[in-house]
Amino acid sequence: MSGLVKAGAGSRALAPGAVPGQPRFPWGCIGYWAASLLFIFVSVFPLLYALSSSLKQGSGLFSPELWPKAPTFANYSGVFAEQPFAQNLLNSLLVAGSVVTLSLGLSLMAAWAFGRVEFRGRGLLLMLILSASMLPQVAVLSGMFELVRAFGIYDTLGALIIADLVLTLPFTVWVLVTFMRQLPKELEEAAAMDGVGVLTLVFRVYMPLLWPAMVATGLLAFIAAWNEFLFALTFTLSTEARTVPVAIALISTPSGFELPWGKIMAASVIVTLPLVALVVVFQRRIVSGLSAGAVKG
Amino acid sequence: MSRGALRCSGAAASRAEEVMANDILRPRLQNAALRGGLAAQRVRRAWWMAAPMLLVLAAVGAWPLLRTIWFSLTDSELSNPGDYAFIGLENYVGEYGLLASADWWQAVGNTLLFTGLSVSLETLLGLGVALLLNQASRLRTLLRAALLVPWAIPTVVSAKMWSWMLHDQFGIVNHHLLALGVIAAPLAWTADPQLSLFSIVLVDVWKATPYMALLILAALQMVPVDCYEAARVDGVPRWQVFRRITLPLILPGLLVAMVFRTLDALRVFDLIYVMTSNSRDTQSMSVFVRQQLIDFGLVGYGSAAATCLFFMIALLSIVAMGLMRRTFERAAA
Repeated sequence: MSGLVKAGAGSRALAPGAVPGQPRFPWGCIGYWAASLLFIFVSVFPLLYALSSSLKQGSGLFSPELWPKAPTFANYSGVFAEQPFAQNLLNSLLVAGSVVTLSLGLSLMAAWAFGRVEFRGRGLLLMLILSASMLPQVAVLSGMFELVRAFGIYDTLGALIIADLVLTLPFTVWVLVTFMRQLPKELEEAAAMDGVGVLTLVFRVYMPLLWPAMVATGLLAFIAAWNEFLFALTFTLSTEARTVPVAIALISTPSGFELPWGKIMAASVIVTLPLVALVVVFQRRIVSGLSAGAVKG
Repeated sequence: MSRGALRCSGAAASRAEEVMANDILRPRLQNAALRGGLAAQRVRRAWWMAAPMLLVLAAVGAWPLLRTIWFSLTDSELSNPGDYAFIGLENYVGEYGLLASADWWQAVGNTLLFTGLSVSLETLLGLGVALLLNQASRLRTLLRAALLVPWAIPTVVSAKMWSWMLHDQFGIVNHHLLALGVIAAPLAWTADPQLSLFSIVLVDVWKATPYMALLILAALQMVPVDCYEAARVDGVPRWQVFRRITLPLILPGLLVAMVFRTLDALRVFDLIYVMTSNSRDTQSMSVFVRQQLIDFGLVGYGSAAATCLFFMIALLSIVAMGLMRRTFERAAA
C-alpha cells in the first residue's frame, strides 16, 4: 500500500518501450507526443469552449470561434441578477463544508477503532460499510424522503447534509482506516504511558499525522457533495434552497423558449474553476486518495 | 520469456495479492488473547469510537433502504404517504406491475447498453492513457492535470457543456463536421432517438476515462521495474512484454476498476436526466425510479423499481467479488 502511494508521487524512469542507445527513427516518441497532446486537448477543450461561450452574447453565441469578437461579462452579471445564484453558491458551500466536516470527524474516530483495534465482527462491519458505497442513490430515495419529512427538514439544507453522508461516509471510513493502519504502534504505546484518552489520542496525535490523507479524502468528499444532484433535486423545492448543480440544470429564461446558453456557460465556469484549481493544486494527493480507496476496495 | 522475468512476475503477483486480500479477511486474534483485561477494555472503547459513524450510516443508509423495500410491497403514494395498504408483490408481478411494463424493460435495456458501451470504451481508453502516464516525460504532469479536469467538473455541468457543444443548430460539433463534409445535414445529437444514447455514452466516456486511467495507473506502478529489465535483457519484443508481463500483472487492478465503473454506470442518473430529461428512449433505471416516485408520486411502484435495481447491483457485486477472489488466487498460484 505504502509503495503504491509513493509510486504515485515518484518519478520512476519506467519506460517499457524506451530502449536507450538505439539510433532508430523515434516513431514511438512521436506517437507518445501525439496521443498525449490529443488527450490533453480533448480533456480541456469543452471547458475552454464553455469559457469562450460565456463571454459571448446575442448572435455572437451562434458563431463557433474560440476567441470571442466582443468579449463581455454580461452573462456573469446576468446570472447573479436574474437568479439567486449567490445564494445557491453559498448553499453548495455550506452543504459541502458540513458534509466534509461531519464525515471526516465521524470516520476518523471510527478509523481508530477499525484500524488499530482487533475485535470480533470487524471484518464483517467493514465489508458492510464498503457495500454501502455501492448502494444506488435511488434505492434509499423513498426511505430518505420519509425521513426528511419526519424531521421537518424538506426544502432545507439540513436534508441535503444528512442525505449526502450516505455517499461520503463509506469511502472516508475506508481510506482513513487504510492510512491509520500504516501508522507505527509505538506512538500509541507512548500516548498510553502518558495516560492520554482515546479522543485526545485520535484528534491530537493521529489527526496531525494523517493530515495528507485527511486532505485527500476531504477533497474527494467535498467534490462528491458539491456535485451531488439527485438528492438536491428531490429534497429542495424553492429556488433559494437549491444548490448549484440544481440551479444550473433548471436555469431557464423568463419566456422559457430557448435556453440561455450564455448564462448557463457562465454559471458552469463559475462552479468549475474553483474545483479545477483545487484539483490541479492537489493532484498528487487526490490521485493517491483515489487509488487507496480502490486498491483496498 | 526468460526464467528471470517469470520468477519476477510470480513475486509481483503475490505482492499484489497481499495488498488486495488484506487482513480484514483473516483477523489476527492472538494478540487480543494475550493481553486479557486490557484488551477487553480496548475493544469496548473501539465500539464507542465506531458507534457514532455506525449509527449515522444505519440511519441514512440501512434504514431508508429497508423502508424502500417495505414501500415496494405497498400502494403508498407521495401525496398521502401515511395512508397505504400492504399489497404483496402486486407492484412487481401484478397486472400493471413492473415486470409487465414496457417502459421499465426499455429502461433496463437502456441502462445495460449504456453500461456495456461506456465501461468497455473507458477501459480501453483508460488503459491507453495509463500507459502514457506511466512513461517518464516532460508532458506527464501536464497530462495528469489535464485528465483531472473532466473528472473534477460536476456531472451536471459537463452534461450542459456537451449539450451546448452538441446543439443541433449552433453546436460546434455539427459546425465542424459540416465544414469537413463528414455529415451533410446537422445531426440532432440529443433529440434523435437513434443517436441520443450514444451521445450520452460519449459524454460519460469523456468524463469517466480519467478515473479509469488513474486506477489502472496505480496497478501499473505496482509492476516491479526488474520485470521490465529482465525482459529487456532477454530482448523480448515490446508487444510481448505488454501481453505476457504487464497485462497479467495489472489484471486484478484492471478488474477492480472495471467493477467499480460498472456499478457506477448501472446507477447513472445525472447525465441522462440533464441531457435528455425523462425521455423514454434514453431513460435509465434510476431516471425511471425518480420519475415514478416524484413526478408521478407512485411511491410503492417506484420503490419496487428501486428495489429491483438494488438487488441487481447487489447480486452483481457478490458475483464480481467471488470472481475477483478467484483471479487473485490464480495470480498468486
